[in-house]
Amino acid sequence: MSMPTVWVPRKRRGAEFFLMILAVSIGVMSYCAVGLGAQGRVPAGAVGLAAGLVSLAVAAHFVIRRVAPYADPVLLPLVLCLNGLGLAMIYRLDLGRQQIDPERQGFAGPQLVWTIFGLAFFTAVLVLVRDHRRLQSVTYTFGFAAIVLLVLPLVPFIGAGVINGSRIWINVGPFSFQPGEAAKICLAIFFAGYLVVKRDALALAGRRIAGVDLPRGRDLGPILVGWLVSVGILVLQRDLGSSLLFFGLFVVMLYIATERSGWLVVGGVLFAAGAYFGYATFDHVRTRFEAWLDPFGDPDRNGQIISGLFGLAHGGILGRGWGLGSPQLTPFSFSDFIAASLGEELGLTGLMAIILIYGLLVERGLRIALTCRDAFGKLLAAGLAFSLALQVFVVVGGVTRLIPLTGLTTPFLAQGGSSVVMNWAIIALLLRISDQTRRPAPSVTPLDSDDETQVVKLGSPSAPAEIAEGPAGVPSAPEGGGGT
Amino acid sequence: MNRPIRALAVACLVLFLALLANANYVQFVQADSLNAKNGNKRVINEEFSRDRGPILVDGEPVAESVPTDDEYKYQRTYSDGKLYAPITGYFSYIYGRGGLEYSENPVLSGSDNRLFVSRVVDVLANKQPKGGSVETTIDPFAQQAAATGLQRLGPTSQGAVIALRPSTGEVLAMVSQPSYDPSTLANHDFDEVERAWGRLLNAKSQPMLNRTTQQTLPPGSTFKLVTAAAALENLNLDPKDMIQAGRTLSFPGISYTLGNYDRGNCGGNRITFERAMNVSCNVAFGALAGRIGEQNLAEQAQAFGFGTDPLSGLPSGPSRFPTGDLEPPQLAQSGIGQFEVAATPLQMAMVAAAVGNNGQVMRPYVVKSVRAPNLRVIEAAQPESLGQAMSGVNSDKLTQMLVSTVAKGTAASARIGGIDVAAKTGTAQSTRDRPPYAWFVSFAPADNPEVAVAVVVESSDTARSEIAGGRLAGPIARSVMQAVLDR
Repeated sequence: MSMPTVWVPRKRRGAEFFLMILAVSIGVMSYCAVGLGAQGRVPAGAVGLAAGLVSLAVAAHFVIRRVAPYADPVLLPLVLCLNGLGLAMIYRLDLGRQQIDPERQGFAGPQLVWTIFGLAFFTAVLVLVRDHRRLQSVTYTFGFAAIVLLVLPLVPFIGAGVINGSRIWINVGPFSFQPGEAAKICLAIFFAGYLVVKRDALALAGRRIAGVDLPRGRDLGPILVGWLVSVGILVLQRDLGSSLLFFGLFVVMLYIATERSGWLVVGGVLFAAGAYFGYATFDHVRTRFEAWLDPFGDPDRNGQIISGLFGLAHGGILGRGWGLGSPQLTPFSFSDFIAASLGEELGLTGLMAIILIYGLLVERGLRIALTCRDAFGKLLAAGLAFSLALQVFVVVGGVTRLIPLTGLTTPFLAQGGSSVVMNWAIIALLLRISDQTRRPAPSVTPLDSDDETQVVKLGSPSAPAEIAEGPAGVPSAPEGGGGT
Repeated sequence: MNRPIRALAVACLVLFLALLANANYVQFVQADSLNAKNGNKRVINEEFSRDRGPILVDGEPVAESVPTDDEYKYQRTYSDGKLYAPITGYFSYIYGRGGLEYSENPVLSGSDNRLFVSRVVDVLANKQPKGGSVETTIDPFAQQAAATGLQRLGPTSQGAVIALRPSTGEVLAMVSQPSYDPSTLANHDFDEVERAWGRLLNAKSQPMLNRTTQQTLPPGSTFKLVTAAAALENLNLDPKDMIQAGRTLSFPGISYTLGNYDRGNCGGNRITFERAMNVSCNVAFGALAGRIGEQNLAEQAQAFGFGTDPLSGLPSGPSRFPTGDLEPPQLAQSGIGQFEVAATPLQMAMVAAAVGNNGQVMRPYVVKSVRAPNLRVIEAAQPESLGQAMSGVNSDKLTQMLVSTVAKGTAASARIGGIDVAAKTGTAQSTRDRPPYAWFVSFAPADNPEVAVAVVVESSDTARSEIAGGRLAGPIARSVMQAVLDR
């Protein structure tokens, strides 16, 4: 490490701006194509929408320039593209559904408002959280918040009761909200903060069986709690998707923190047990499972997944084109099944492009985790990126019958305010961490004094320095894995 | 912590690759089988709202799609639907398709592989794919003449007329009465379609049955053409040869006797073969059947097409000649088209056509050509021979016998001035409690026929005593032949 060449990432804000214009044009052109395809004319609000989206994008761009100038330049364009495609498809489904019944509620307008809220929240997170490590100081607050959010739908008067078979909604004034979306972020922050502190205890002790390091029985406490919470969600809220998501997130973050694959084995066993318990106990789990194995065995009951498959097949390789398919025939084509709707109108080509966009999002997130210099940021970035990956896999895989269908929202595409707002917050956090990571290290005067070096070395020689750091500590010098 | 993060990245890659592979599996590999599944509303909607190609008769559309304002964009309309229903079939959202709408669906809907280029052009031009057109072999004048003839028998009459061009096998007319209007099934008001379908399905007269191809009836004396052909081929008979006739045909050891239709004696105990045909002598042909033998007679029937389903594109069934050790009376009855002999009007028209066509049987067909939306011909029907049912010499002899049957025999009602017509009547008994079937087969001009016709009248508003092939069915056959010859 003598005389390391200091690598200073370029800001690439110009590239980001260019990509953003590209992404916004995709959204606006899709919107116009929907009008042309479904009604034979460009929709009346196209210019307004274009102006609105462009100003939102430009605003977001300047916020980043101002408060996170070194942030990853690809994330924002990717997300804008997804968000624009989602808006266009929701608008298209409004047209299709209102063709069946003119009384049907339109979702595109509210979704646009939610997108604006999302970008506002995105800005707020970037401005308020100037250093992600501050979040570590409120680890347990986030943990508590997550539990409150998860319990809210079960509270009388606030909880909106059972909607579409799940109790995951609350009513706040005129809005309904899915607190589980917010709980996902709170849990990721809590897990990251908690594991950074406890990882040594969880990592060091244990025994080795068949080449796999298994943890000690007494260390199983946290994972059992996480598992019980997930099963609780499954039992009390009937929310298979969230249950799977939270447990998967916890197990994977545990694995990253401890670097011990034994936790994956324990997690896998617990997951299998939970899945079997769900299958044996709940009709709705069994129904989903059977619909996955043989949807055509009971065409009436499995109408939704069958209609989704028919739509995908009808779309074929190139798709029907915006506004020219019949995605509105599928129930919840605008939320749970929006991936099938997009596959029908944009075809295999479009659906693969969308999956690739998600893949790139996850890849950028994991890259941020790799290059991040502090353990908390690493864990948080990896956790957020993985939660995105798992969510996309579960919902798109469910809709395309790769795995049994579970109710989760498709990030940035699906109709639903809480989902859009909270996913924008995830992007804000990732951008914040990447800004910290890519920012050139402050020019610290070289430490020449041996005494001071000695003080640092007095800590645990194997433990990385940042454990000892306070939440407001100054960025440390890159450790071995950083800066690659 | 970078090692697990890298491992996680690989795991995420696997997840996304699985999604991509599965999307390919569903949207590419499985797509065709999913699109073909029952109840796939998208495929039904799409076909229903496509600019479906027309079905043409003599260049004029009898079925076509016209633009509408409703969600399906096009309405299938049938000009003169009842007249052409046996050929066009129907096109319904709920009940699918029938007739040519069914068998030519790939072309009409535009999904046929031969339309691939025009489909690609449509996709590139962002236009909805258009269907190709199907030109039928039907002669509108013959078709109209046949329908008018059947309608004259009364509103509740049931019958069928089919006309063929002997040299090619083209179907010139195909009329089944009662018929139905396919427009009622193509309606976009599905409740009404459901009611119409129920009415058609429950009607005792079976209006959706194509009586020319789907229903077999005892052909009666018209089957004597087959027996005569077998006699000419196997017994080396000449029309002038004397054969057994008389009042009844009796069988050794059995009390049953076969008599003539009018209880007459055919003009003597020994008459010429030609006279036996002229007077439709049951005793003579019953005796001939016994001389020819079951095996030879069955083979002759097969040579004309019995036992096969020669027509493609429209629902049809095979005609039947009973085999398997027939008792002598059964063989004699079979020789005059009774017992268990059952034939479609199409089959009897094929027999008449083959006799006129020097003994050569042509495969009947209704689709003359198929065109792409840009009118390029992508398929033109080629006449196909099904084989030689009898020698040219013998077919000339049989034709001569049939011409004299018109000139001085039972088929006088088919006479057309200035032209030799060959014809044979038939009156087939089924059961005692229902009227007999009146048959008539003919072709004209006799030496080089342009048209062969088979007519059957199952029931009409005519008194039972009046029913005979010559009187009821003959004039219809005559007007159909006249319509073709006048062109």
